[in-house]
Amino acid sequence: MLIINNLKASIEGKSILKGISLEVKPGEIHAIMGPNGSGKSTLAAVLAGREFVEVTEGTVSYLGKNLLEMAAEDRAKEGIFLGFQYPIEIPGVSMVNFMKTAVNEHRKHKGLEPLSASDFLKMMRDKKELVEIDSKLANRSVNEGFSGGEKKKNEIFQMAMLEPKLAILDETDSGLDIDALRIVANGVNKLKRPDNSFIVITHYQRLLDYIIPDVVHVLYDGRIVKTAGKELAIELEEKGYDWIKKEVENNVIA
Amino acid sequence: MEKDQDKILSDVTTGEYKYGFYSDIEMDRIPKGLSEEVVRIISAKKKEPEWLLDFRLKSYRHWLTMKMPTWANLKIAPINYQEIIFYAAPKERKNLNNVDDIDPELKKTFDKLGIPLEEQKHLAGVAVDAVIDSVSVKTTFKETLAEMGIIFCSFSDAVKEYPDLVKRYMGSVVPYTDNFFATLNSAVFSDGSFCYIPKGVRCPMELSTYFRINSANTGQFERTLLIADEESYVSYLEGCTAPSRDENQLHAAIVEIVAEKNAEVKYSTVQNWYPGDKEGKGGVFNFVTKRGMCKGENSKISWTQIETGSAITWKYPSCILRGDNSTGEFYSVAVTNNYQQADTGTKMTHIGKNTKSTIVSKGISAGHGQNSYRGLVKVLKNASNARNYSQCDSLLLGDKCGAHTFPYLEVDNQTAIVEHEATTSKIGEDQIFYCNQRGISTEDAIGLIVNGYAREVINKLPMEFAVEAQKLLQISLEGSVG
Repeated sequence: MLIINNLKASIEGKSILKGISLEVKPGEIHAIMGPNGSGKSTLAAVLAGREFVEVTEGTVSYLGKNLLEMAAEDRAKEGIFLGFQYPIEIPGVSMVNFMKTAVNEHRKHKGLEPLSASDFLKMMRDKKELVEIDSKLANRSVNEGFSGGEKKKNEIFQMAMLEPKLAILDETDSGLDIDALRIVANGVNKLKRPDNSFIVITHYQRLLDYIIPDVVHVLYDGRIVKTAGKELAIELEEKGYDWIKKEVENNVIA
Repeated sequence: MEKDQDKILSDVTTGEYKYGFYSDIEMDRIPKGLSEEVVRIISAKKKEPEWLLDFRLKSYRHWLTMKMPTWANLKIAPINYQEIIFYAAPKERKNLNNVDDIDPELKKTFDKLGIPLEEQKHLAGVAVDAVIDSVSVKTTFKETLAEMGIIFCSFSDAVKEYPDLVKRYMGSVVPYTDNFFATLNSAVFSDGSFCYIPKGVRCPMELSTYFRINSANTGQFERTLLIADEESYVSYLEGCTAPSRDENQLHAAIVEIVAEKNAEVKYSTVQNWYPGDKEGKGGVFNFVTKRGMCKGENSKISWTQIETGSAITWKYPSCILRGDNSTGEFYSVAVTNNYQQADTGTKMTHIGKNTKSTIVSKGISAGHGQNSYRGLVKVLKNASNARNYSQCDSLLLGDKCGAHTFPYLEVDNQTAIVEHEATTSKIGEDQIFYCNQRGISTEDAIGLIVNGYAREVINKLPMEFAVEAQKLLQISLEGSVG
């Protein structure tokens, strides 16, 4: 699905990612954890195609294609979805209109006819139910006046609508109360299939109580310093990130 | 609506001005230049009565004493009035009762503009007066409307057939001395639409005038007069286009509206005159005086405008709220892209008691465009309990354009409540990226965001034209973000 090899990237000349390698196979859930400022969101931004991040070295292959050469909207249409850490407000644009445009762009890309208004509305209803989202959200402008929790749930709803092959959730759990957290996690679990994959970026372990990752990576100072199974997340929760930092420093000294 | 929007988005493939073609119609033109002689020729061409010629001459003489106003936030190249042709009309205009009498070339022109002159082909529920250069060529549904006592015809026909109404109301809202361009118009106006809705009648269809400038070096000076008698209602729409030319063309129009007791008039404009090319060459100079008088109690006049065209727009559709409890509204979206300049807004004059006005102005600037809102809210001494709410928003695309706001307030009554809100925002890269990440291209994202921003105003338009307006906004801004 996704192969990242020795990826280095910088923002305004400052090196952030310092050589990341990672492989995500179909059907897998990867968790990327790490302290603030370790480069987690930058990695998500590179994968989604944000232009302010400059890739200086390395390759990213997605479904056999060179991902770094693709425009952001083409990556989206090829099945990459980014759940934003801070979802953006677009005043005056209804969720219905926004999603309809997006869904039909995806369909066009696949050579399908646009959905009729009634089919589209049915799809919205079904997906809303699936991810347990208040149906009123869909009648409002994109994220405008949404609470933090509503915005995050709205990201999961959009993910359900667009049925991505690879979903990257960037700290989708931050700022959520326990109910919202459960809804977000349930959404992911319901959308999980053998042929799609998730990268769940999180600072805390608690999301991983609900979403069971296959692989956990710890990102620190622009590098993946540890990779293990789901037990790593629990260990991190107990011990915090300091022991990782120490371990890294000791390694450097050694 | 949502479905239409999708169609619009997929329809749009090019940012070129779509209406820039020129039609080779046999024209009757008078020599260029302006003089008392020219004013007399125009009047003679139109076989006008003496009183109208006198009105023109009086206006012309007054105009000679005036100077072009310079207070607007516009850079305007000097206009040489001796280089302009003040009258051009398609030849051999018979009495057109039958569509077959219209020059086929002319008919083709309007078909191309999406304004078929055959009633059966036209949008149901919309009557059209088609004006090309200096004359009205066809008014549809005239007979249907006449059955209800509604008069909808060209201004020239009204002068002939309803001289008393014209005499009584013409110049009553915009006097011939009003301003430089209105005075010029009063001297040389050619044609336009006339509309009278009798007492107690709700006009059953949208009335619209489609203005087309076709001939080169020609100015268009149309004049529209709309009278809503007591307890009546009408919704009126005008659209405008012109061929793409390297020279600037002058358009100076007057619209006068009178609303009697309990009458309501909705006046909508989709202005898409040729805006000039990407380097700012050519384009229409659009100097328009539009004013409505809420003459009777409880009357209401509502202006809605979508301004996407013209190299220069100078336009302030206004309301004089004379009747007690009368209401004035102004909803505007003005787009300036490339080198377009717009100085537009409104004037709300509260004279009667309990009068209300609402102003919603949405400016959109892109490229090197300069967009100014200029508005005056004036509350006179006796206008107790007057209320005004003004909201002026500016949206910037890119960093070479400008947005300016000039709100003026003159309040002479202590009981007045006047509110003003203003915002300036930029289309964020974040918003565009958010759309990109959902599979929406940057061009489409801008269309979506801009239409969202303007939605409050677009929603005020009649349905058919709302769709047109959304499409226009998208096209006007294409290529504005690199």
